[in-house]
This record gives sequence, C-alpha cells and structure tokens, in this order.
Amino acid sequence: MLAWTIYISFFGAAILLLLPKRAASFARCLALFAATSSCGIALAAFLRHRTGEFFTIVDKPWIPSLGIQYHLAADGISLSLVLLTGIVAIAGVLFSWNIEDRTNQFFAFYLLLIGAVYGVFLSYDLFLLFVFYELVIIPKYFLIANWGSTRREYGAMKLAIYSFVGSAMVLVGLIAAYVGAGSSSMSLDKLAGFPFSAHFQMVAFPVVFVGFGILAGLWPFHTWAPTGHVAAPTAASMLLAGVVMKLGAYCCLRVAMTLFPLGLGTWSHPVLGITSWRETFAILAVIGILYGALVALVQRDFKFVIGYSSVSHMGFILLGLMTLNLMGLSGAIIQMISHGLLAGLLFAVVGRMVYARTHTRELAALGPMNLSSALPFAAVTFVIAGMAGMGLPGFSGFVAELMIVIGAWRAFPVLAVGVGFGILIGVVYVWRAMQKAFFAERRHELPPPHPLQPITVPEKIAAALLIASSVAIGLYPQMVLNIIQPALHSPLFAGLRQGGW
Amino acid sequence: MSTVQPTYSQLLSLAIPQIILVCTALLVMAIDLLPLRRATLSTRFTSAGILGSIGCAAAASYIALAHPNGNLLGGVLLGNAFTELLQIAILALTVAVLLLSSGSTFTRHVGEYVLLILIATVGMLFLVSTQDLLVIFVSIELLSLSLYTLAAFNKQSRFSWEAALKYFLFGGMSAAFLLFGFSLLYGLSDSTSLSEIAAHIHGLSPLLVIAIVCVTVGLGFKVAAAPFHFWAPDIYQAAPAPSAAFIASGSKVASFIVFFQLASIGFAGAEGAATWGHFVRGWIPVIAVIAALSMVLGNFVAIRQSSVRRLLAYSAVAHAGYMLLALTAHTQQSLAALVYYVATYSAATIGAFAVLSIVEAQTGSDRIGDLPGFSRREPVLSFCLAIFLLSLAGIPPLAGFFGKFYLFVATLQSSRGSMPLLWLVILAIATSAVSLYYYLRVLKASYITAPETSAARTAIHVSGQAIPRAVCVLLAAAVVLLGAWPSLLLQPLITALPPRF
Repeated sequence: MLAWTIYISFFGAAILLLLPKRAASFARCLALFAATSSCGIALAAFLRHRTGEFFTIVDKPWIPSLGIQYHLAADGISLSLVLLTGIVAIAGVLFSWNIEDRTNQFFAFYLLLIGAVYGVFLSYDLFLLFVFYELVIIPKYFLIANWGSTRREYGAMKLAIYSFVGSAMVLVGLIAAYVGAGSSSMSLDKLAGFPFSAHFQMVAFPVVFVGFGILAGLWPFHTWAPTGHVAAPTAASMLLAGVVMKLGAYCCLRVAMTLFPLGLGTWSHPVLGITSWRETFAILAVIGILYGALVALVQRDFKFVIGYSSVSHMGFILLGLMTLNLMGLSGAIIQMISHGLLAGLLFAVVGRMVYARTHTRELAALGPMNLSSALPFAAVTFVIAGMAGMGLPGFSGFVAELMIVIGAWRAFPVLAVGVGFGILIGVVYVWRAMQKAFFAERRHELPPPHPLQPITVPEKIAAALLIASSVAIGLYPQMVLNIIQPALHSPLFAGLRQGGW
Repeated sequence: MSTVQPTYSQLLSLAIPQIILVCTALLVMAIDLLPLRRATLSTRFTSAGILGSIGCAAAASYIALAHPNGNLLGGVLLGNAFTELLQIAILALTVAVLLLSSGSTFTRHVGEYVLLILIATVGMLFLVSTQDLLVIFVSIELLSLSLYTLAAFNKQSRFSWEAALKYFLFGGMSAAFLLFGFSLLYGLSDSTSLSEIAAHIHGLSPLLVIAIVCVTVGLGFKVAAAPFHFWAPDIYQAAPAPSAAFIASGSKVASFIVFFQLASIGFAGAEGAATWGHFVRGWIPVIAVIAALSMVLGNFVAIRQSSVRRLLAYSAVAHAGYMLLALTAHTQQSLAALVYYVATYSAATIGAFAVLSIVEAQTGSDRIGDLPGFSRREPVLSFCLAIFLLSLAGIPPLAGFFGKFYLFVATLQSSRGSMPLLWLVILAIATSAVSLYYYLRVLKASYITAPETSAARTAIHVSGQAIPRAVCVLLAAAVVLLGAWPSLLLQPLITALPPRF
C-alpha cells in the first residue's frame, strides 16, 4: 500500500503534463489531491506499524541477471520521513496556490520530485535507491530555473551540478561495493552484511558519505544550498530544505554508514590530531553549524538568512549521525523531521507570505513596511517558526537539539561546546531577522505604496499544519522515538552498533 | 579452420539478409528513377525511405525467423544467436535513419542516397558477422566509402563537402594504417582468421606492437576516439541530418563490435594490463589511454560548443571513451554491456538528430542560442529531446543510465577481487558528471530561456514531417522503456552471447 505514495505522485505528474493549458485551477486541485492522498497513505502506514519494525512492501525481480530487485521496504526511520514528506508536500502545494505561469508543468515537476523522494525513502535495493536519488535532480533543476527568482539559472545549474557530482561519488562507491561483494545482489542488507575489508571500507566510506553529504549541506560542500534555496520558488525551497536535504542525511545513515561501518574506525596514523573519518566529519559538521549561523547573522537578504540557517541545522543532523550513540542518532532523525517542518515554514513565510506581496527581501527595505501590523499572521508564524527552530521547549527543535547535544557530549565533549555556541548564535540571527523584518521601529508613517494582500486561506491552513506537526513532536517526542529506536536496533545497523554504541 | 567443405547453399543462407538489402537498394533506385521521376522531392524521399525500411524489415524478419546458423571457413562468415541480435539491431537503426530522411529535400538524387545507406548497412551486417581480417577490411571499406559519399550529399552546402572531404582524407589515411596493421598480422601468423592469429602470437614482438598500434589508429578513427576524432565535429555539423545520424549510430555499432572482436580474439595473449601505476605492455594499456583521453577531451570540449551538432560530436567522442572501457575489460559481460550501451546510445543519438533536423527546418540553425521557444512551439518534440539528452547524460530511469551502470560494473568485474581498472571507472563517472552541464545547457535553452533571437521568432511551420516526428516519439519511448526495464534487451543479449571470448 505504501508504494502507492510513489505511484500516485508519478501518475499525478503524468496527468498534469497531459492536461490542457488553461486548466490551472484543476491542476492545483489535482496536485493537492495527489499530495493529500499520498500523505494519507503515509499516515495510515505510520499508525499501523507502531513498532517500527522492518517490513517489505514490494519485492520483485527487476534485472535478474544482475541480481537487482524492485524492492521497496520501510522501517521506523523511513516511515517517519515518508510522513514528513507527505506533510511538507501538502504544505508546498498550498503555498504555491498563487502560481499562474504554466501551472500544470509546475505541479507536474513538483509531483515528480515528491514521488522520487518517496522512492528514495522506501527503496531497499541500492540500485533502485540510486535511480530515485538521481531522478530528484532534474525536476529540481527545472522548478528553480523556470519559476525561481534571484539568479535562478545560476542557482539551478549550481544545484544540479553539485547534486550530480555527489551522486557520481556515490555511484563509484556503490559499484565498487557491488562488484566487491560478488555482483550478486544490490540489496541493502546483503551488501551491509558482506564483510568488506577494513581498508576498502576506509576508502569507500568517505567517498559515499561525502557524496550523500553534499546533498545534506555538509560544510564545505554546502554552497549550492543557500543560492539554490534563494533562487527557488517557495514550494521548491520548502521541498529542498525540508525534504531533499534530508535525503542526503538519510542516505548517509542508511547507506554510507551501514555499508561501511569499519570506515568509521580509527586510522593507524592520526593526521593533524584527527584520528578517524568519524572525527573529521564531526568537526566539519560543527564548522557547518557555526559557519551557517554566523553567515546567517550578517545577511541582508531575508531568504539568505533562512538559507544559511538550513546549513547550520543540517550540521546538527550530521553531527548527530557521527556521535554513533543511540541518543545522538535518534536526535539526528528527529532533527531531520523537525527541520523539515520548520525550514518549510520559514521559507513559506519569507518566500510566499512576504516576498510575493512586498516584492523585496531586503531586510532594510522590509522594516519600514511595518509588516507586523500589515501581515500579522506572517509575523506570528515567523516568530513561532523561528522560536521552534532555535530550540524553544515545546517545539520539535528543542527535543532534537537537546538529544544531539547530549549525544555529542558523550562522544566529543569539546565539540559539544561549539554546538552550544551554535545554538546561541542561532537565537541571535533569528532574533535579528525578526526584528529587522517585522518589528523595525517606525520612522515615518508612510502608507505602503499598494495595500498588501491579506494572507489567504490555503496559506493559513498550510502554516497551521506545519506548526501543529512541530508542536506535536515537541510535546510528545515518544511518538517518533518509539518508532525510530526499534529501527535503529535492527540487524541492519548491527555493524554500527558493534563499532560504537 | 573448419574441415567441412563449405557449400554455396550455406554461404547463401548466411548472406540472404545482405542479398535482400542489395536487391531492395536496386529496386529503390529503379522505382525512384522510373515511375517517381516527376514526383516532388519530399514524396520521392518518403517513398524511397519507406521502401528501404520495408527491405530492412524483411531482412530482419528473415534473420529472426530463419536463424541462419553456421561458421564458414573458420570465421569468414558467421551466423549465431549473437550476430543475429546485432544484425537486427543494426537493421532497426537503419530503419530509423531511413524514416528520418523521409520528407527531406536536400538532394535530388534520392534513389542514390537510399541506395548508399542500404549498401553501407550491408557493410555493417558483414562486419558484425565475420572474424576474418580480409572480410573485415573489405566491409569496413564498403561501409566507409558509402559514408563519405553520404556525408557529401548536400551539394548546396559548401560545408557539407568540405567536411566530407576531410572525412575522406582522414578515412583514407586510417584505412592505410588499418591495412598496414592487418598485413603485419598476416605476416606474423600466416592466416587471416582472428583465432589463428591469436594462436600464433607468442609474447609481444616489436612487429606485433606496430600492428596493434596501426589497428588501433584505424579503428579508433572509425569510432571517433580521441585523438582520432578530428573529422567528427565537422561531419556532425555539416552533413545532412540523416547522414550524420547514420554515421553516429549504426556505423558506431558495427565498428565497436569489430574492434572488440579484433582486440579480444585476435590479440589474445598480448593483453598487457592497465592497472594504475602498473602498466604492462600490451593492447589494453593502449586502449585504456585512448579511452581516458576521449572521455576527458570529449566532455570538456563539448562544454564550449555553441552548435548542438558539434556538441553531440564531442559528446560522441566522450561516449566512445566510455565504450572503450568495455574493450579494456574484454570479458563476456563487458561485451554484453558494450552492445547494450552502443545500441541505446545510437537510439538516443538518432533521436537527437531527428529532433535537430526538425529544428533546423524551422529556424535554419542548430545553435543553442536559437533554441529558445522550442518547448513552447513543439512541446512533444522538445520533451523527446530532453529524454534523448538526459539519456546521453546518464540520468535514470533512461536507457543511458543503465548502459553506463552495466558497463562500469562489467569493467570492474574484469578480474576478481583486485579491480585493476577502478581508476578508469572513476574517471568515467567523474567526467560524466561534467557532461550533465552541457546537456542541461541545451535543455535550458529549449525550456527556460525566453525566445528573443530572430531565428526563434521567425520560426516557420514546416509541414510533411509526420514520419520523422513519429520516429522521435518511438525512439524516445524505446529509450524510456529500455531504461526502466533493461531486461527486455539484456536477457536475449546474455543468452545469445557467444561462448568464447
């Protein structure tokens, strides 16, 4: 049943491409229907499989001569991320209700992207996973290059090339692993169970991890992210930050770390005082956290603030993965979900609620517009999303960051201090952006040149949906923890457990 | 050497497809010159193209139904499941080219044009079904001489003959190299049969080195591998679209197969090795260096092109580099991978040329700068172009992706355990990441850039291209189908592989 999340999205995209050009409102409804029904399926599956155990959805031979299966499966981790995708997808459709230019094509690419994302989360065969993973690139490119704003063609091309380079690295690693394991199967558990030599794992792990890490905004390969986010139309930046970057992080955990657990072990010779890839990536993650936060602090463009904050938040996820303890890993997964919801919300506020109305994202220009009284809903939403993102108790961000910090404290006490600073700067940049954009001091009582459109109903519904999900996780994190922790205890992660936690 | 005395009936049964083609060629010529003399050019082209296709279809169905089987004079003429498959593939590509030419108006010598295409096809059919130096050389010359003429067929265009003359001069030189190499091989072994030659090769004598180099130069020219590719950009750009498509597709299939057989059977015993840092003298390092050179040069020079046809030419150089990887591996599986790759590559290339020929008919130019507006004018065709180019770039789920994946897997598998050719595979994957950039540039022009140039505005509607359009759509469907379900071609291919390689 869960496989229908993929099929509905692809099918919806195909119908949208065939629709006549003027059926814009029908296209919107169709896209909303596709997004809602696949989210409904995801929710039903989430509720049914409360234990988080691994289960197979489809398993059919695909390319028998190479041992490649069409194998879709899910466990607690993928289930919760599939649900996240569903929620963000609905919100994205609602926030793009105002797209008038080539609406059909827009939603067709949008649904293609969503379907491919579902596919990555659900595939268990690595060939299939890679197919979906690369399938994400092309709709992303067209969404940004066609419907984007600032330097859209540059941003789109940069994003496509970075993603493709990342997936090329992944492909090298996967092919080497497949051939090294006897070329009989691409199944994740078969390859993860194969005893690759420690030397091979040491070499393959960083290649595959960085390959996926590029999409997860791993510093210093993050530069596509801010430009891409800024150039993208609202729904695309919501998906990019909310879901697509999570693909990278998810695959880092699901593929790179499970396939090559020995790659995380200590080197025979420390280099510059660093003794393993694990430490290397943990340090890069912390640099990402601090760098993203500091750069967000000095941006003039509202959307760049959010773009860099994404880099910072993704750093938390990667750090959580590198802690290799249950606390840190669970925190990383919750952070994926939390950041997916909140980044989506922040981009929606900036891109749709503010930019689409004021046509500027300069913080200095937004201040005098007196937005807190002109667009009170936008202001309130931004305050909530910002607070949740900086880790206010009661929201998902708090749970996630707390768990990651505790995990990091156990694994790398020194780095945990850096993380603390990162959280602190996070408070400052959100505060600064909020102050400048919404609550700047009124200098002159200039009436705005044209009255700003009030916030529409679809936007309110979408914002409420995202906020409610974040609050739900913040108030009752067990809801997600109960489903991801059994998954982390499954035999798939045995290699990691033996190495570390 | 086969001891059984060959009979003419055996020879006849193996050569019937070629005979059918020759008869068709004469028939086409006669019909074009007698009853259709007063008809319009496009009618003549259409009827000649359809008639030629019927001939090809008849030959293909004879092969598929009668299964001509045998081995004449120790490999002079072969018939087995594998040659059957190759011949059918070549005939299918020829049909696509013939149908593509229907409706064109570039020459008044329609009968001759189609005749030459069919004669060239006869050369290809012989080429893939022989393992004898003499027949190889004669078929290559039959093929090449037809191609030189086909390239020069547009007598109104100065560039067409200039390019054809260049092609002819380079081709003549490469034929001389090839013949010199063949004569040395004959001198070394007293035989023209590939397996006999291999039996007489003991170690790497200086003469054999010269022979290997000469043969590599000659065939490297045929497959347009760097540094023997200089004819390709001009021919791709200036030859009439069907000729260019034909040179880029069917002749590539035949040349690669014969290259593979010559190297892997004829030079058996003089392989050498191309492990990184441990080159051992032999033919493999020669091919490996040419492959690496082609991949790097093709991909990087393609970035700078402003004409789509020249871009395709340099991308063909790059693809020749990828395909040469299969030679360096020279296993059964790599042969299967080579056939899959070259067949799907040819389909995508013919498709791209088909779309380009329609673009040129409309705007009179194949420059990337004149593409804007194409997607609005021709949504279906531009979608097909996207499929062809993305398949060439290797984006799943298109055929080009599986081709690359399988080729790289087969290359790595060439020897168990150590993966001596890993560096070549890494280079191939890295350069293919570069290639996405220039393919996306073309798509960006077609889909995203606003139409401003005069060529786009003055685009005229050209009628009477129903058949080329249908060819585009069918080829696009084939590329998608073979990508999503590779077993369609792979399964028959693997069962048909000859036992000995």
